[in-house]
Amino acid sequence: MDSGLTGSVVLDAGDIGRAIRRIAHEIVERNKGAAGLILLGIPTRGVSLADRIASAIEQIDGDGVAVGALDITLYRDDLRLRPARPLESTAIPTGGIDDKVVVLVDDVLFSGRTVRAALDALSDIGRPRGVQLAALIDRGHRQLPIRADFVGKNIPTALAEQVRVRLREIDDIDEVTIEGGAG
Amino acid sequence: MTAQSMVIRGVRPYGADPVDIIVRAGVIAEIVKAGTGSGRVVEADDLIALPGFVDLHTHLREPGREDAETIDTGSRAAALGGFTAVFAMANTSPVADTAGVVEQVWHLGQATGLVDVYPVGAVTVGLGGEQLAELGAMATSPAQVRVFSDDGKCVHDAAIMRRALEYVKAFDGVIAQHAQEPRLTVDAQMNEGLLSGQLGLTGWPGVAEESIVARDVLLAEHVDSRLHVCHVSTAGSVEVIRWAKSRGIKVTAEVTPHHLLLTEDLVATYDPVYKVNPPLRTSADIAALRAALADGTIDAIATDHAPHPHEDKDCEWAAAAFGMLGLQTAFSIAMLTMVNSGLLDWHTLADRLSVLPARIGQANGHGQDLVVGAPANIAVVDPSASWVVEPATFASKSRNSPYAGMTLPGRVVHVFKAGKASVLGGDLTC
Amino acid sequence: MRHLLSAGDLDLAEACLILDTAAQLASVTDRSVKKLPTLRGRTVVNLFFEDSTRTRISFEIAAKRLSADVINFAAKGSSVSKGESLKDTALTLEAMGADAVVIRHSASGAPHRLATAGWIQGSVVNAGDGTHEHPTQALLDAFTLRHHLRAGTGDLAGLRVAIVGDILHSRVARSNVLLLGTLGAQVTVIAPPTLLPFGVNDWPCAVSYDLDDVLPHVDAVMMLRVQSERMQAAYFPSVNEYSRRFGLDVRRLNLLPPTAIVLHPGPMNRGMEISADVADSTRAVMVEQVANGVSIRMAVLYLLLGGMTDEDRRDQL
Repeated sequence: MDSGLTGSVVLDAGDIGRAIRRIAHEIVERNKGAAGLILLGIPTRGVSLADRIASAIEQIDGDGVAVGALDITLYRDDLRLRPARPLESTAIPTGGIDDKVVVLVDDVLFSGRTVRAALDALSDIGRPRGVQLAALIDRGHRQLPIRADFVGKNIPTALAEQVRVRLREIDDIDEVTIEGGAG
Repeated sequence: MTAQSMVIRGVRPYGADPVDIIVRAGVIAEIVKAGTGSGRVVEADDLIALPGFVDLHTHLREPGREDAETIDTGSRAAALGGFTAVFAMANTSPVADTAGVVEQVWHLGQATGLVDVYPVGAVTVGLGGEQLAELGAMATSPAQVRVFSDDGKCVHDAAIMRRALEYVKAFDGVIAQHAQEPRLTVDAQMNEGLLSGQLGLTGWPGVAEESIVARDVLLAEHVDSRLHVCHVSTAGSVEVIRWAKSRGIKVTAEVTPHHLLLTEDLVATYDPVYKVNPPLRTSADIAALRAALADGTIDAIATDHAPHPHEDKDCEWAAAAFGMLGLQTAFSIAMLTMVNSGLLDWHTLADRLSVLPARIGQANGHGQDLVVGAPANIAVVDPSASWVVEPATFASKSRNSPYAGMTLPGRVVHVFKAGKASVLGGDLTC
Repeated sequence: MRHLLSAGDLDLAEACLILDTAAQLASVTDRSVKKLPTLRGRTVVNLFFEDSTRTRISFEIAAKRLSADVINFAAKGSSVSKGESLKDTALTLEAMGADAVVIRHSASGAPHRLATAGWIQGSVVNAGDGTHEHPTQALLDAFTLRHHLRAGTGDLAGLRVAIVGDILHSRVARSNVLLLGTLGAQVTVIAPPTLLPFGVNDWPCAVSYDLDDVLPHVDAVMMLRVQSERMQAAYFPSVNEYSRRFGLDVRRLNLLPPTAIVLHPGPMNRGMEISADVADSTRAVMVEQVANGVSIRMAVLYLLLGGMTDEDRRDQL
């Protein structure tokens, strides 16, 4: 992890904090409060983001919001392209997702395949009333008819570029960089 | 009609200085200064001449399992291995337990003619271990059987063994015992030790061999008869035989090439090419066997050449047959383990591969020193050659060699049996 | 990981990966849809040369929960008499396109042979071979121990486990000694000397002939099935004597520390190695072992087939 060495920083810690607060506001606004909401982060960084969005919502709305994690590894459509991957944890809040509004939280929205897998995973777990999608970064290049409901920042990219989200909880720093382009 | 002379030019008998050995009318007619002999010349510069090898323990599978080996293919393999005489074990189908079967084997061997095939007679009817076979009839048949063995099975009943030892005294026979206490080796698959426990394969403990060897040497002493111990595989058996010989008991013993080289560790591959009876043992056993062969406690190297068709080895371990090919690799393994290690010189190696086995089996005309007047049974070997073992090229019908892919030292170049070349330049002459 | 042949082939990281993966997969059992799409299009063959309905069903459920196609191939009775049948069966399975072969065989080393003889390309999972190994059983035992005694995470460092019974003929014992050792547990095998393998003193475990002596000092005790035919072969004098000296009854259960648990790979001989009231006690975790078996086998199949396999790699070339 050569932070910042080859990439340019597009969001710093302040930007990320503001983006998270804005997403939280939008979620509350759209759903007219936090009641009946479940935030499910997609590991690894989506889980940290979901936690942060949940605390932001709590500050706005006063009520706590249920947070969990949804590992989509077993639902991926590209399993055969790499050796078997270790599984991340899935934690569904008590009470399940039936008749709740699930907000999926991921760090980067790109091809849309991760979200497709997450929707499949959700349908095996229960039947939510609605599913919404929050992403810190939308970098475009969708390969499936999927869009985010809440976006921290749209970053137009070249296909060969890499968007890296680093979060304090995992990477000891909050930043988003764009790297590469060649190769 | 004057017999044609053949000159083995520049050969070094037992590794000594080069000479020309002139072979005529089936015997060594002259030994003269190198380069001076006249006749048909067989070049043998820097090669070593030894008396033709004698294998006390070969399975030729005929009659009954001609898919694995025949007397013809086995004779070819033997000749290529430097042998001029082999003893064909009795566990054929039908078992060689009557004069009829041993005569048939004898005649088939003579018809092939590449080596002298001496049939071994079964000790008991059908190798059943219960009733003595007609040992006398086999002894007086044209095959003149002198070695009797239930090899593959042990003559486990002490009373039967005693009677057999006594009975063969009438015609100076010898009982070659496959020493394996059957109750201690039920379903046994490999040497019993740490590894057998780890691999979950039923153990074949050394004591199952040693207890029979101990019993048999005492029986041989008691009835004053001759015992030969087949394929000695453990340090413990060596100790018993050494003790017996020191008491003057008439016991002789053989060891196989594979027991001089390969250890049980190979079994961890579960590849049945390493499945053999008695099983591969430990490096400590190998050291004891080599030392015993060097000091004469063990008299002979015998191959226990045991051909098996591919399907009997291309399967799971427990289902596979026991046995390994040996004839075409015996000399190289003997050289590797005994000569290159300095334990034997060429003279004493010749004792182990030729002189003593011929004496034990009474293979008259074989195992004679390379002197003028001796029958011309000669193996000419190249000690500086090395070769990669490719079982697919073997003359044997079977391919179950544990040495496949190994590079071995020493190569059999020419072989003369009764004055006639059976192998020249590493190839059969017919 | 290409095959799972021996518990001894797993290092600490690999063993923990399997356990961790199984822990994640265990939650599928609690869902309404007990199925994952992960191994869609993969074919798993259960090749059973020995009867074992429990193990076969466990692998079958595991494969089906991962959406693999499952073929049950019962080849009982055709192995040792006809040498080539394992090979011919393997060639048949290869022609059918098996991605993994789960093999149970009475011959020790048969899975090893299947994996290395060049007969098939797919992964081989040892579901019990002769008196050699049963690695998925050891994994599910380790999973069960970890769940009860280590809060479901990490290794088993310092855990004290007794394995009692016919160690000589037990593939469960062999795999457990190896795996639990790798995971850091201290294993003691306990049996009459006739039922201990030659060379057991060089195994990575302690050895005892006295069950009462060991029980107060262990966190778990694993009772092995003792087959009565061993009595006919004079490994011990009588069922009663065996049971008195090596059976787990309530008196012995009370010798265990209060948190210790009792495992048994099943099927149990109630009244022989384990008394009925011990088998039915709250300390006994046999039912959990069965459930954990499915999770472990899912984890193994996922790790073998859930990513790029050698065959996928060849297809891309």
